[in-house]
Amino acid sequence: MASQTILQKLEILADAAKYDASCASSGTAKKNSLGGKGIGSTEGMGICHAYAPDGRCISLLKILLTNHCVFDCHYCVNRKSSNVARARFTPQEVVDLTLAFYRRNYIEGLFLSSGIVKSSNHTMEQIVEVARILREEHDFRGYIHLKTIPEADAEIVHQAGLYADRVSINVELPTDSGLTRLAPDKDARQIEGAMGKVKADLVEAKDARKRFRHAPRFAPAGQSTQMIVGADAASDADIVGKASRLYDNFRLRRVYYSAFSPIPDASAVLPLKRPPLIREHRLYQSDWLMRFYGYKPTEVMQATEADGNLPLDIDPKLAWALKFREQFPLDVNRASREQLLRVPGLGVKAVNKIIASRRHRNLRLDDVALLTQSITKVRPFICTVDWRPITLTDRADLRSLLAPKTEQLELFAA
Amino acid sequence: MRSSRSLSGVKLGTYYVVHMPEPDDFDFWRERARGLIQCDVPPDRIAWVEPGGSGDLFAHGKRRMPVPPKDAPPVRANRRFVSLARNAALHSDPERFALLYRLLWRLQANPRIMEDKADLDVRKLEELDKSVRRDSHKMHAFVRFRLVEDADENGEGAEHYVAWFEPDHHILRANAGFFMRRFSNMRWSILTPRGSLHWDGETMAEGPPADRSDAPSGDPTEDLWRSYYASIFNPARLKIGAMLKEMPKKYWKNMPEAALIPELVAGAQKRESAMVEKGTLEFEERPETLAAIDKAIHACRKCPIGQLDNHAVMGEGPQDAALMIVGEQPGDQEDQQGRPFVGPAGQLLDAHLEKVGIDRRAAYVTNTVKHFKYVQRGKRRIHQSPGAKEIDTCRWWIESERAIVQPKLILAMGASAARGMLGKTVSITKVRGEPIALEDGSELWVTAHPSYLLRLDGPAREEQARLFDADLAAVKERLEELAG
Repeated sequence: MASQTILQKLEILADAAKYDASCASSGTAKKNSLGGKGIGSTEGMGICHAYAPDGRCISLLKILLTNHCVFDCHYCVNRKSSNVARARFTPQEVVDLTLAFYRRNYIEGLFLSSGIVKSSNHTMEQIVEVARILREEHDFRGYIHLKTIPEADAEIVHQAGLYADRVSINVELPTDSGLTRLAPDKDARQIEGAMGKVKADLVEAKDARKRFRHAPRFAPAGQSTQMIVGADAASDADIVGKASRLYDNFRLRRVYYSAFSPIPDASAVLPLKRPPLIREHRLYQSDWLMRFYGYKPTEVMQATEADGNLPLDIDPKLAWALKFREQFPLDVNRASREQLLRVPGLGVKAVNKIIASRRHRNLRLDDVALLTQSITKVRPFICTVDWRPITLTDRADLRSLLAPKTEQLELFAA
Repeated sequence: MRSSRSLSGVKLGTYYVVHMPEPDDFDFWRERARGLIQCDVPPDRIAWVEPGGSGDLFAHGKRRMPVPPKDAPPVRANRRFVSLARNAALHSDPERFALLYRLLWRLQANPRIMEDKADLDVRKLEELDKSVRRDSHKMHAFVRFRLVEDADENGEGAEHYVAWFEPDHHILRANAGFFMRRFSNMRWSILTPRGSLHWDGETMAEGPPADRSDAPSGDPTEDLWRSYYASIFNPARLKIGAMLKEMPKKYWKNMPEAALIPELVAGAQKRESAMVEKGTLEFEERPETLAAIDKAIHACRKCPIGQLDNHAVMGEGPQDAALMIVGEQPGDQEDQQGRPFVGPAGQLLDAHLEKVGIDRRAAYVTNTVKHFKYVQRGKRRIHQSPGAKEIDTCRWWIESERAIVQPKLILAMGASAARGMLGKTVSITKVRGEPIALEDGSELWVTAHPSYLLRLDGPAREEQARLFDADLAAVKERLEELAG
């Protein structure tokens, strides 16, 4: 083991980290390295420094400190009983890598997670140590996202929040029963307790900064979490409900969904079939509906089918609109912003443009076409000065007319 | 109104030439534009010339700016215009300064013009702004520094980070601040074909345009970065389009990790094809006779169409036919009679073949999809077009037929047939009337499906019938050439 080079360790520990979906580097406090001793800046907008052929953005150096783990969570590639190559970085090695990459403008910062070695506290201390060296010894002012371990002492987790821009704790599975079955070493109450503690710290730090300008910041980019989809029997309705409770209770910035993917050396407790990737996509879309389009969780659940899952062939917004056809068509020249946001095919930007333009003229269908991505999708649900869909919303086959024609091949379905 | 005001000493017909000192000097433009507006000089009387631009064309123009009258009203510009203009001035479009002036001119009469998203000048300005912002953002993302050890001014060895970057627009100077704030305690240089920036930790210096060979050619840390890039990539989900949209190929040559992309994609596709071979499409060996195909297609249930209440319809015609005519799928009549092209579309086809003089009995006539896809409406079965996946599944059979008949020329009628031959969806109007070479040496001609003609009437039908005949005539002529 001692003979592993940095390069070999990086391969193992980056590969092990790729199952974490988050790579965001946006939404943190503005800072830069002017007047400091080191390097680094965050200016609000996240930057994707590269894109992998899987279409995902590479913004942070996303690695594990180690993939050794004393836990045996069945869905996880790094579980104790899994037969994968193991490696371990020292905190200093992670620091050196982060700085070397940052100086060459490869990354916005570091996303550090870890398997549990020795104890939860020991592991958490090691993670915090990396952030401490970066911030204190190198005056690093780039982005740091630390995964915190719910079983660790609150004091160490608090320390992580003082160094990091964002902290996250994975709730792992949408239902408590799933967690008990698939992650026997984890405890739902403990996870939510830790998230509650982080929320309290966030609120307190924000409050303190209102009164004292130099009060320490605590995770200015907030906290996020990740749920694994398709490893247990939870339906989309369950998942949406869980996500909205998390948003409400813990003031999360984001909930990430990760389609359970067949991992090397999978455990026998797991379903053999992976969920279709499109399911993950539909969940993100429903997440967007709740966060930016003013849908209540119960409304998103109304869009699910009899089995509690969102339809895979059409997006949840269209599914909702097809179920509540009596609300359409809407007159784009009169309807409120809230109403327009419910029109399938109209995004937030398009709605803003429509509202700005209709102050100057009565919109015709051609005008709307200029402001939207695809008028065909929008047309059955709106009225303009020169357009009124007479029969379309009553047609039984509207769904098949609007559903995308080409079926995406499900690769690696096994 | 402006037109009624006295022209303050500006003679009608006078032409002004403004030489920009730098291609990105917005403040200079603003100062000049303000004076010209106050003197009421219309946009078509001014030429804005970039450094190195051909000022000679405007040799007769005045270089001295007119002096605005004392009572000239202040020039109006709203915040939205200024923020867009500041960016648009960095664009490489040589017309940008003229556009900015024209809009500023129009803003004096109509202060709300920026809200009119359908105005051509406003749209153009927004477009320029957008592409400059994108270019800047990509510069923040894709600049790659390489470390060189060289001596600083005290003669001591020092770390120097040098990048080579090729922006589309004049954005270098405007983005100096970003890199300074980020790397303030680092010595760095960014070299571009339009100029260069050098930061020594305290001051920023500008340098002349550079060449790629001025930048270092490598850095050992790039091996680590490449291995990170390869490891973080998930081969189970290939989305090349999404990657290319955000990281277009033009940037690849200056990004060390991009060299790995073809290899990573090929590796993932290999894995994909191995999966497909093992999993979804389990066909046995290719049948060697037409009779064997006939028997096999009747038992085929590899796609949902085969599950319907229908019969497979085999192609018919001489086994050594030079011409193969391929339709979409059997219809109601074909399904009942068990022969291709005997329903209304078949009769129309026969009439047209006869008209141009192609003998149907000498051709092998078949369909891309072997079963009739329909939905039941009362007593009637209504035709449904096959899906792309169904066509691709059924290709196995049409390819088996092609392997046996070995036609010299294939006439594919309709989009489904074209997909069955080419494996991708093409537009009939774009590909008709020209031969397309197929891998086995035969030639593919694409035309509309006769059932398309059946759905039209009046002049549209006449026009399509004429095109259809023309395609058939071209096929006939080509067949004679091939036979000759």
